[in-house]
Amino acid sequence: MSNYNQEMIDKYRGNFLKEVQDNVEEGDWVKMCMQCGVCSGSCPLGPHWDHPPQEIFMMIRAGKREEVLESTSMWMCTSCYNCIARCPRGLPITHIMHGLATYSKRLGLAPQQQPTAKFAQLFWDNLTKKGRVNELKLGLSLYFMNGIGEGIKTSLKMKDIGLNMLKTKRMSPMEYFGGHSCKDTKGFQAMLKKAQELEEARIGKSGS
Amino acid sequence: MADMKIGAYICKGCGLGERLDCDELATIAQRDGKAQVVQQHDFLCSAEGVKMIQADIDNEGINRVVIGACSRRAKTEAFNFQNVTISRANLREGVIWIRPDEDDLRETTQEMAADYIRMGCAEAKHSTVPASEQEKGSNDTILVVGGGITGMTAAIEAAKTGYPVHIVEKTGSLGGYAGKMWKDVPMHSPYTDPVDTPVTKLIAEVEADSRITVHLNATISKTSGAPGRFSADISTESGATTTENFGAIIQASGATPYDASQLPELGYGKSKDVVDRVELEQLAIAANGGPIKRPSDGKEVKKVTFIQCAGQRSDKEGHLNYCSGDCCLTSIKQAMYFKDQNPDIETEILFDDLRTPGAPGEDFYRSGQDKLVTFRKGKVSEVVAGSNGPLVRFKDMILDEDVEEEADLVVLATGMVANSGVDIDAVPQNEPGEWEVSVDSILNLNYRQGKDLPHLKYGFNDSHFICFPYETRRTGIYTCGPVRRPMDTQQAIDDATGATLKAIQEIENAKVGRAAHPRSGDLSYPIFRKEGCTQCKRCTVECPFGAIDEDEKRFPVFNESRCRRCGTCMGACPVRVISFENYSCDTVGQQIKNVDIPDEFDEKPRILVLACENDAYPALDMAAQQGVSYSQFARIIPVRCLGSVNTIWVTDALNSGYDGIILMGCQKGDDYQCHFVKGSEMANVRMSKVDDTLETLSLEKERVETYEIAITDIERAPKLINDMAEAVEKMGMSPFKF
Ligand code: SF4
Ligand code: SF4
Ligand code: SF4
Ligand code: SF4
Repeated sequence: MSNYNQEMIDKYRGNFLKEVQDNVEEGDWVKMCMQCGVCSGSCPLGPHWDHPPQEIFMMIRAGKREEVLESTSMWMCTSCYNCIARCPRGLPITHIMHGLATYSKRLGLAPQQQPTAKFAQLFWDNLTKKGRVNELKLGLSLYFMNGIGEGIKTSLKMKDIGLNMLKTKRMSPMEYFGGHSCKDTKGFQAMLKKAQELEEARIGKSGS
Repeated sequence: MADMKIGAYICKGCGLGERLDCDELATIAQRDGKAQVVQQHDFLCSAEGVKMIQADIDNEGINRVVIGACSRRAKTEAFNFQNVTISRANLREGVIWIRPDEDDLRETTQEMAADYIRMGCAEAKHSTVPASEQEKGSNDTILVVGGGITGMTAAIEAAKTGYPVHIVEKTGSLGGYAGKMWKDVPMHSPYTDPVDTPVTKLIAEVEADSRITVHLNATISKTSGAPGRFSADISTESGATTTENFGAIIQASGATPYDASQLPELGYGKSKDVVDRVELEQLAIAANGGPIKRPSDGKEVKKVTFIQCAGQRSDKEGHLNYCSGDCCLTSIKQAMYFKDQNPDIETEILFDDLRTPGAPGEDFYRSGQDKLVTFRKGKVSEVVAGSNGPLVRFKDMILDEDVEEEADLVVLATGMVANSGVDIDAVPQNEPGEWEVSVDSILNLNYRQGKDLPHLKYGFNDSHFICFPYETRRTGIYTCGPVRRPMDTQQAIDDATGATLKAIQEIENAKVGRAAHPRSGDLSYPIFRKEGCTQCKRCTVECPFGAIDEDEKRFPVFNESRCRRCGTCMGACPVRVISFENYSCDTVGQQIKNVDIPDEFDEKPRILVLACENDAYPALDMAAQQGVSYSQFARIIPVRCLGSVNTIWVTDALNSGYDGIILMGCQKGDDYQCHFVKGSEMANVRMSKVDDTLETLSLEKERVETYEIAITDIERAPKLINDMAEAVEKMGMSPFKF
């Protein structure tokens, strides 16, 4: 993975804006930001980010590659679309945030301990197994995401809700043992594999 | 004119007949107003009503028409009679529309209407029909000072319309500042790339037009005269002087780039690779589309940094306080010189606020971003020598960090300084008989008030920013282009077109002896009775338009065609020897005197409102249209400008028992809205002295108030009247009622 990162560093030699343009979804738009700050002001999570969107865009232009790609900021985006609705320059900010997150993940630079990043991985792993989300397992893995101790604490805290969900048949304990799947799991897996191949061919990534 | 014969006409339409006792008004017109003919009509502004009045003019010899109907601002086309004076008693907007229709208020409403009829007749009695001014000018030629884009555009526009033009250009070639540029900001869609400047095309047009005469290496060594008959001495470098006559003058003297050597902290003068915006144009011209090379060692530039607002928008000593308006677009354009030649060149623009006004503005900015010009909000602290080129130290205001960056070339986005000649407020006025040429002057006017057009702020020539942008404070002389405010090429071109139209309007008015503007078509002009004059010079000094000179004996000399008919001189004159045929100390003074003043115990105070006819009076009319009401004790008289208010009116009103006086004029000061620029300001100075009068009469200061009213003050203006009514109630009635 870090090979790929090095490859990109060598390829763009400090021109991070160009790297973003070429590799990040909607990255082409970053140059058009006029630094008005409306997005940062509109973002409900902005105050909790290290770098709200406006700043991220400026950092990209200032060539702060590591700081941006290793940042937890774009992982904080909840896709509320406030910023897109308001950006006077029409930047698809939400999409750029997700694009940056994806790219940093691909480069192996995504923050390991960032909760939404972690959860995204859990969700992916859960989903790709059977082609259906196993909610019980996903819930539990979320609880235990940060270790056994915290997992038990959270589970106990949530137990009433859990029991109620069982009672009203919103959740089945049987899911824990296997769980439901899509009709053709094999086909589904093959599809994912193919998609990954196509993606890798597209971005010209060598090792993975 | 033959004997005075007043005809008073009272309209009963628009509800006037129901709300007012029109028969009584007719009696008043006859008895108090001394009208020889009085008629009522159900619908006065109808063809039939108008015909009735015209018949009286034709058959009865009526030459003073008093119309008791709507506001003087309404139905002006219907009530437009020739060779008579017209007075309008405002019974509709001024009485029935601003008073509630209630039985117990009928009496005071009727009194209001009666007073306006008396006032209208009094005004009529003291007016005469204006004959056009004696001086007429017939010269058609336009003098354009400055041969840049603005001047050339003005000349071409005028010539195309059929007016001959002389361009006087102080350098050896046409083109001005834009002539030194490699390319210009685009003026038409798509606003994406720099384009050729219009200079070559304009020069060709000027040269091809036989109506345009060009004087190069030439300056104006003397300008005299007035609209329609200016005379200018054009002196060339060789020493030869020719005198030409003109009908109007367009000053397009442009601006000079700010001297960057005042910016050593930004490395200018210390490093050859720190250049200003003009020098960058020269580097681009030298490169002729190839790679731009830096001055020190001829190395091809790979990284260039632009510093915006260099020496501008700053109150540091020697800096410009203002924004020059086109530097942001210029830097974007210049960054494109690099990017278009080689997209790999790093171009960075360090800005404080990026300002891109005008049509190309936002699109051109986007195009710069699209070409990957980097825009960075940064405050530059200094530029010093680095190892391979200038090193820029700045604070990134978004990322909140200090940054040091080396560049091959640094460009300072310096500003523009208006070529507006001498600041006449800072130098002594031209004493009669002591005039001499000034090399710093653009026009070298031999006017009493000074050699050049007055400055407003930051050395730009004063022109009426809001209403009449091309009209300067010297009638018949128009400014356009960056000499009157910062602007770019496109705006300068638009500006030149506007100023040319104004010049043509003025030439045509001068031919028939009418005021050019803002009282366009006015035939009245100041009439001065020399015998009474005490040579106090107030009129000469206070005239906002430098229309009054002085003769050797120091008597004022009125230049009618330079005059704007504001009446400021009339308001200033302590001995009241200045008047207009249809507007004078008497026409207003007699209206004041003819208001019926009930005695002290009647509890019916009288409030005199002198309202500027340009803003305050229309505001009150509009208030009436919207059903806002104000005190039944107010009597409103429109004045041409607050500047025309003579303190005698105030003193007389106080002496004859008015309980309160309100003066309503336009905003004064640097952001003035006064149609006559200084009128409102002069009035305020004068009124500050009214306090003494109040003191000698032992009256409260609060009885006289001066307010700035905008045309939009529809709620506020009536409220101020009501406030005065309340204040009078508290203070009690004036003891001066007889
Ligand atoms: S709102 Fe749009 S233009 Fe403004 S700072 Fe955010 S991304 Fe940039
Ligand atoms: S979409 Fe994301 S970046 Fe935009 S305002 Fe919402 S949370 Fe913030
Ligand atoms: S003060 Fe006004 S009315 Fe008087 S001369 Fe000057 S411009 Fe004319
Ligand atoms: S203000 Fe009146 S008295 Fe004074 S100089 Fe002018 S005309 Fe004469």
